[in-house]
Amino acid sequence: MTVKDIVNKYKNKRENLLLILHEIQNCHPQNYLSKEDIELLSKEIKIPVSDIVGTASFYSMFSFTPRGKYIIRVCESLPCHLLGAQTIFKAIETKLGIKEGETTKDGLFTLEGTSCLGICSVAPAIMINDEAYGNLDEEKIGKILDQIREKESKNND
Amino acid sequence: MKEVKITIDGQEVMAQEGKTILEIAIEAGIKIPTLCAMPELGFTPGSCRVCVVEVEGAPTLVASCVYPVREGLIIHTKSERVLQARRIVLELLIASHPLDCMTCEKNGDCVLEDLAYELGVKESRFGRIERKLPLDESNPFIVRDLNKCVLCRRCVEICNEIQQTYAINFGYRSSKTKVIADGDNGLRYSECVSCGQCVAVCPVGALIDKAAQGKGRTWEFTKVKTTCNYCGCGCNFDFNVKEGKVIKVTSNPESVVNGINLCVKGRFGYDYIHRDDRLTTPLIKKNGKFEKASWEEAYQLISDKFTQIKKESGSDSLAVLSSAKCTNEENYLLMKFSRAVLGTNNVDHCARLCHSATVAGLAQAFGSGAMTNSIKEIADASAIYLTGSNTTENHPIIALEIKKAVTKNGAKLIVADPREIELAKYATLWLRQRPGTDVALFNGLMNVIINEGLEDKEFIAQRTEGYEELKKTVLKYTPEVVEKITGVPADDIRKAARIYATAPTTSLIYSMGITQHTTGTDNVLSTANIAMLTGNVGKESAGVNPLRGQSNVQGACDLGALPNFYSGYQKVTDSQVKDKFSKAWGVDLSDKVGLTVVEILNAAYEGKIKSIFVMAENPAMSDPDLNHAREALKKTEFLVVSDVFMTETAELADVVLPGVTIAEKDGTITNTERRVQRIRKAIEPIGDSKPEWKIICELSQKMGYNMNYNNPGEIMEEISQLTPIYGGIHYNRLDDGGLQWPCPDAHHPGTKYLHKDKFSRGKGKFFAVEFKEAAELPDEEYPFIFTTGRVLYHFHTGTITRRSKGLNEIYPEALVEINPQDAEELGVKEGEFVEVASRRGKIKAKVQVTEKSGKGVVFMSFHFHEAAANLLTNSALDPVSKIPEYKVCAVKIQKIS
Repeated sequence: MTVKDIVNKYKNKRENLLLILHEIQNCHPQNYLSKEDIELLSKEIKIPVSDIVGTASFYSMFSFTPRGKYIIRVCESLPCHLLGAQTIFKAIETKLGIKEGETTKDGLFTLEGTSCLGICSVAPAIMINDEAYGNLDEEKIGKILDQIREKESKNND
Repeated sequence: MKEVKITIDGQEVMAQEGKTILEIAIEAGIKIPTLCAMPELGFTPGSCRVCVVEVEGAPTLVASCVYPVREGLIIHTKSERVLQARRIVLELLIASHPLDCMTCEKNGDCVLEDLAYELGVKESRFGRIERKLPLDESNPFIVRDLNKCVLCRRCVEICNEIQQTYAINFGYRSSKTKVIADGDNGLRYSECVSCGQCVAVCPVGALIDKAAQGKGRTWEFTKVKTTCNYCGCGCNFDFNVKEGKVIKVTSNPESVVNGINLCVKGRFGYDYIHRDDRLTTPLIKKNGKFEKASWEEAYQLISDKFTQIKKESGSDSLAVLSSAKCTNEENYLLMKFSRAVLGTNNVDHCARLCHSATVAGLAQAFGSGAMTNSIKEIADASAIYLTGSNTTENHPIIALEIKKAVTKNGAKLIVADPREIELAKYATLWLRQRPGTDVALFNGLMNVIINEGLEDKEFIAQRTEGYEELKKTVLKYTPEVVEKITGVPADDIRKAARIYATAPTTSLIYSMGITQHTTGTDNVLSTANIAMLTGNVGKESAGVNPLRGQSNVQGACDLGALPNFYSGYQKVTDSQVKDKFSKAWGVDLSDKVGLTVVEILNAAYEGKIKSIFVMAENPAMSDPDLNHAREALKKTEFLVVSDVFMTETAELADVVLPGVTIAEKDGTITNTERRVQRIRKAIEPIGDSKPEWKIICELSQKMGYNMNYNNPGEIMEEISQLTPIYGGIHYNRLDDGGLQWPCPDAHHPGTKYLHKDKFSRGKGKFFAVEFKEAAELPDEEYPFIFTTGRVLYHFHTGTITRRSKGLNEIYPEALVEINPQDAEELGVKEGEFVEVASRRGKIKAKVQVTEKSGKGVVFMSFHFHEAAANLLTNSALDPVSKIPEYKVCAVKIQKIS
């Protein structure tokens, strides 16, 4: 969907700005709010760029720099921390060769920390895009990431 | 509203219920410190917590800027509990505020510093947090140091709610919160228009005037209140002077017209005063080269030459061009010089080129040619019809009133303009007429109004004449006919007409898009027609409001720098008037109407005008068909120019006299709303330069006519005696906001809006006007319509703004605005160069591809000598006012490879 389509879908209303921003971000292959998209949005919905960015930058779920197709969010809340969130972080960092906030060279993964995901019963937990994964350890993480890679390489064939 | 009794700091005060504690305290003379609130601008966010006070019975301290008073409140503004709270707020703020006060530009004028001093806060118990954000120096005028920002939100408020540029906002959150420009770029790369309103309201050193850095501390400056010399808004501000130099401009909140608001030119465009290429001595051309001369030599030569030419070829072979940049007193003296010393009515000035059609048209319809309302009334109009005025760029402070009317007061704005000007964003309706078809559009609107019975029958019957004739003509212009002529959809014409006629008060605002046509006078008559038809004149916030271009173009007209009028629009052909002036000046005067600007140059071209005295004007850039105009100036036998810089016109002169800027002289100027305001001398004239009023006096003395005044105040005394509309204007009455003419005597308070119960001419007169095409239309060879105007960052022929470092940095070159479709057909892209040619000349300029220009229409400003738009324009004149058609001519465009 183009920015214009998205704005129309949400009836060109200011109160839908966050929903619109989410959808624009999701539609971007690099999972972020590009300068061009923000400028287009500003024209369509008639909200100044400074206002849109002022709003969006308040929220950590929006990014203004390109990100991977899959965003891995590692829960940093207390229960996950106690049950080894740091190990999970390190495992992912080692496996993908990136640090928190970075994106893999192939543009597939971005690693981020997040506040509580609300699934403490299965701590330590992560989310990859909209999927949640719990009761993790190094091995499980490895498998999950391999599966995604496999799926992606098949898709590309 | 109910009166209530409250107690503040033990003092019983009667107050209006619902006002805030802060407001009541200010009224009662009790100082409550604030960091974020600007109650005078209606901004009271209650966020800084510095203004907290104790209200007995309230569980917590309350922010006084948002807490409404009610009966019986007992308030303590200085109790130990309050002071303790304020100290903690201060400590929290300075924990992350750089304490480099010794070198901070804001030192001495910083609210944070004052608060810390008052409350005795020397350090913070919270330890230091350094933000280390990089300095934003991208903007040529403003330095942003966000490390010093206290997040009071004042800058965001003024940018978004008053200036309505929306360049900045709060971004990010918690400790990372900062003010961002657009998507967190440098200010230069955002929507910012460099008005510097944010600098004016910043309480700390986060926003600083770049050019003034390191040039003086607050306490070293002497502030001189004066009136801006750029456009006709007539804003007041303070020159900040140190050691004989103007260092910077700051807002003066007492200004009637503008409050603290200023535009980029007013706030940052005065660095030209101290340029080292100012003219500092008289120059006489010998063997084609200028040589320095003494004033005595120059006066002697001019005197000899003028006397000789007058003797040989008669008085009417001499002419004088006065200036809309000079003071009222100087314009009066120069027209006196022309009439009493040279003996000719050949005196005119650049109003001929901008609003002579207004003077001619509105004088016929109403009896006087000026804005009928005041600037402040615009914000309260229920509808505004804006046509032929790119107000945002040409009258920035008036644009703020229009935006306020629309966004704060719910006014409906109709924009009728071939260009998609910025204000079109605020418009309920935007009518894009084909350039030069304004009469048809007005007739179409009036057709709908009459057909739907929306005219103001009572007003027409009681206060006007000539209605039946108008009706007959207008009925031919049905919306469908007008759509064919103008390109504006018939339905939009109907909608606009209904808004115009049914709103309780409609203010019509126009500028040179209406006047600069061969049908200029007809266009102006049409504006008067529609205003009278709907009864929208002679009322507060409803009228016909021409926006005058130059700071004193209104005054130059008022003071008679016109070939057919003495000061106050008294006709030269009226024998009683002539006798009055003749007696006062002690000479015989001519009753023959003189020549206008373009006619003077045409006569010079033909050799009939032998000599011209030009005071601070630049016809070699501003006149239409420049090749012809420049040739005419070259052909004069003797050309004298007084100016502050070597202009394109001065280059052609035989004698050049160094004049001064407004910082170097006293006087008055009259803004577009007829307000006569003081300009005040802030510094001594640079080098050997002299104020123009002195030059005229001394030259007159040399020529044997006694013209002697000690100061401009004395000249104004003479003006007020001879000029009924200025009858009550005296310097001692002007200190507090000036006076609006007509002001017939020393007790008259001035006139806020004109034609209240009676038009100046008695009854208002309708003129039935038929549509006529522009003089030159596009054809196969020259397929584009070429239209000209100004841009925000420059002024007129660029003589002063292009010498302003920042203005020239931000807008360094001429741009041709072309519609994207046309650009594609021509195969040109943004930033490429094209040659634009008309039947009269050609220029080379850079392309800006923009939707602002309609298809088939190209726009250029006339500020740039290297791509002078007026080489192309048509000098065809309006038959009545003799205004040239700057707004329409035919051109062709070619890509330069």
